[in-house]
Amino acid sequence: MADLQAFREETKSWLAENCPKGARGPGEVHTGSTKVTVSADTQAWMEMMAEKGWTVPMWEKEYGGAGLSIAQTQVLFEEMSAIDARPPLVNMGTRMLGPTLLEFGTEDQKKRHLNLIARGGAAWCQGYSEPGAGSDLAGLNTRAVASGDEFIINGQKIWTSGAQNADWMFCLVRTDPDVPKHQGISFVLLPMDQPGVTVRPISLISGSSPFCETFLDNAVAERRDLVGQLNEGWSIGKRLLQHERSGQGGLGPSAARSRPVGVSVDLGVAEVGLSYVGVTDGKISDPALRDEVVQWKMQDAAFKATQRRAGAESQNAKAPGEATSIFKLVGSTLAQDKQELIVKLMGNSGTGWEGAAFSKDEIGATRSWLASKAVTIYGGTNEVQANIIAKRVLGLPD
Amino acid sequence: MQTEFTEDQEQFREVVARFLQDKSTPLSVREMMASEAGYDKDVWRQLCEEVGVAGTHIPEAFGGFGFGSIELGVVAEEMGKHLYCGPFFSSSVMAAYALLNIANDSSKVKLLPDIAVGKTLATLVLDSLNSPEAVGRQLVVANNSLSGTAAMVLDAHVADLFVIVARAETGLGLYTIHAGAEGVSVDLLETIDQTRKVSRVSFKNATVERIGHVNSESLDRTWDHICVVLAHEMIGGAQHLLETTIDYTKLRYQFGRPIGSFQGLKHRCADLLMEVEIAKAATHHAARCLDAGEGEAYAASMAKALAADTYMKAAREAIQLRGGIGFTWEEDTQLWFKRAKSSEVLMGTPAIHRERMISMMEQQS
Ligand SMILES: Cc1cc2nc3c(=O)[nH]c(=O)nc-3n(C[C@H](O)[C@H](O)[C@H](O)COP(=O)(O)OP(=O)(O)OC[C@H]3O[C@@H](n4cnc5c(N)ncnc54)[C@H](O)[C@@H]3O)c2cc1C
Repeated sequence: MADLQAFREETKSWLAENCPKGARGPGEVHTGSTKVTVSADTQAWMEMMAEKGWTVPMWEKEYGGAGLSIAQTQVLFEEMSAIDARPPLVNMGTRMLGPTLLEFGTEDQKKRHLNLIARGGAAWCQGYSEPGAGSDLAGLNTRAVASGDEFIINGQKIWTSGAQNADWMFCLVRTDPDVPKHQGISFVLLPMDQPGVTVRPISLISGSSPFCETFLDNAVAERRDLVGQLNEGWSIGKRLLQHERSGQGGLGPSAARSRPVGVSVDLGVAEVGLSYVGVTDGKISDPALRDEVVQWKMQDAAFKATQRRAGAESQNAKAPGEATSIFKLVGSTLAQDKQELIVKLMGNSGTGWEGAAFSKDEIGATRSWLASKAVTIYGGTNEVQANIIAKRVLGLPD
Repeated sequence: MQTEFTEDQEQFREVVARFLQDKSTPLSVREMMASEAGYDKDVWRQLCEEVGVAGTHIPEAFGGFGFGSIELGVVAEEMGKHLYCGPFFSSSVMAAYALLNIANDSSKVKLLPDIAVGKTLATLVLDSLNSPEAVGRQLVVANNSLSGTAAMVLDAHVADLFVIVARAETGLGLYTIHAGAEGVSVDLLETIDQTRKVSRVSFKNATVERIGHVNSESLDRTWDHICVVLAHEMIGGAQHLLETTIDYTKLRYQFGRPIGSFQGLKHRCADLLMEVEIAKAATHHAARCLDAGEGEAYAASMAKALAADTYMKAAREAIQLRGGIGFTWEEDTQLWFKRAKSSEVLMGTPAIHRERMISMMEQQS
């Protein structure tokens, strides 16, 4: 306890001294991509944190982390929140692939990839979904054939978030087409900058295109970048999804700061209610909307309490399990409901898209609302989470 | 009161539907969204000349066809289905209903015939699109000189004539002014729904003509008329989303089966169908009440609230049940999704209409 207090004091003063002004408050977060230029403060902040191992504080030191305990990590995040410091580095490497490699990677893979991830030297993308394999992920068709020290890969991935800026992809491929579908899948890592990989951006409903179709045409992955055994990639791919879902549902250390992808402003429902619906005797004027605000608040608070309980219960478990589906389902629904409620409270002002006639918050609210429609789809749809809960958690028959 | 559509009305629906199927395709909708005007002048002319939509509900004495809210609803429902982009709603519905309900006879004679044939594009300028009680706080007239701002006016960037509700010393009045007159400025806004363009319109000592006195009854009636048409448009859109979503769940295979064969999705589709049917019934009923001049006073608010909630629900389900595809620009669902949102809040959110309904019920008892 005393140690923790000392750690808190040290951390607090180090952060106060080192966190640049430009890395505090809302703004850009480093993704590790070598293809994106960030501001000097964002870059410096990432580098300083990486130096201390604090971009991935719980990873062991030899892999670029700081080997902090859960309690210490908690303290670090609390102190970062206290000065409104942004996360120094967030990408699919820190949140999803890293934890998976820690569990399943070879020593060589961990040394090479984890260190690169930890110091912000590579952005990763997720090559899971295919046109014919979404919810039925195990139905994937992208073929990988072993050839000497390499795998030659052919097929198409879709909805690959961030593919245009990614340096590496973790990818599920079919290595044996003649066995039941779950048994012929392997998990490989491949560099994006090679002739066999082509990405084509897909425009989103919001007009922006943060995700792509990825064509693999004799793309190459090195044999040493096969994670786990050949044809045993499904369980690894699933484990990674549990890391993804726990992040999205808000489990895990970065919970307090994580927001659904594309949600650009973080407005409070009660504050929006007061300023847009109006105030009577210090209350939100419309009793029905007021009720909706408090209902959302209640659900959100109860959800956070559940997360804390689950967090405490799983202190000993190394990685999240099937129950992460519950958090993904509830967390994504709550996140979506929040955006829905905010634009509702804004009324006509919640339809602004661009231009001086609408405030920054209003435009942000509309765009975030639109973006939030995806949180119940990516990382496995809510329907699929409900199926997993029914089958794996409740044990209901097929 | 009528409880189902007559054969003539069904035939009329057929005519409108066939026209729009041809002329208001998703491709043309996208073109209109990207264009500055937001509508195709030729298509609008044909709609007025060949189908006669602009004067559907305008009495023959004022150059229209003399039908009622039911027929106008038929047009709007089909337009909602096909996401028609054009000045029908702003001119024929909003402005014409304000004139019909509020203007003096000489102004009706003067203005309505050109609106009824689509030659004049009029739009209704209200300084609140939330509720009739909130109208008249921003736009003020003194000695026929109008000042103030209306935050959102439909199709103002293409309108020839502004029909305005503003406050004068003697109370609310109805006024007109021509587009381009001195003291009028129009700023086209970038809102989420580009299928229906809106502008901010400001007046600075603009000289207006007073053409009628507005009382709460005539403003409420105008509001009701407009809301019922809007509700039709929304149930048309909801119906479209329901149908295309069902089609998609039959076509998309996962786990070796159409996704529509999963019970979880079957129930969702069945629920949606029920909701759409209920909102349709309420909407058609509201039009019949208006035409018959009887029935519940709150029928219009009920229709608007139910239709809006249903349209939004259909839009949300349409995206969710399509998975990743539903979230893309290429897929047409997003076009209806955006219209659903803008319609939900236009002329009062569902919450406002629920409040309006219960207030009316309380006053009656
Ligand atoms: C913004 C965004 C980012 C994404 N990023 C990535 C990424 O980086 N990498 C990647 O690999 N993928 C990514 N995805 C893809 C995402 O994981 C898939 O969209 C998702 O798994 C659903 O697959 P699908 O789109 O093929 O939908 P489908 O599987 O076709 O599903 C359509 C509908 O059917 C329902 N359904 C399917 N099966 C069942 C069932 N058995 N029971 C009940 N309902 C069912 C679904 O819930 C959904 O409502 C992203 C998606 C989005 C929207």
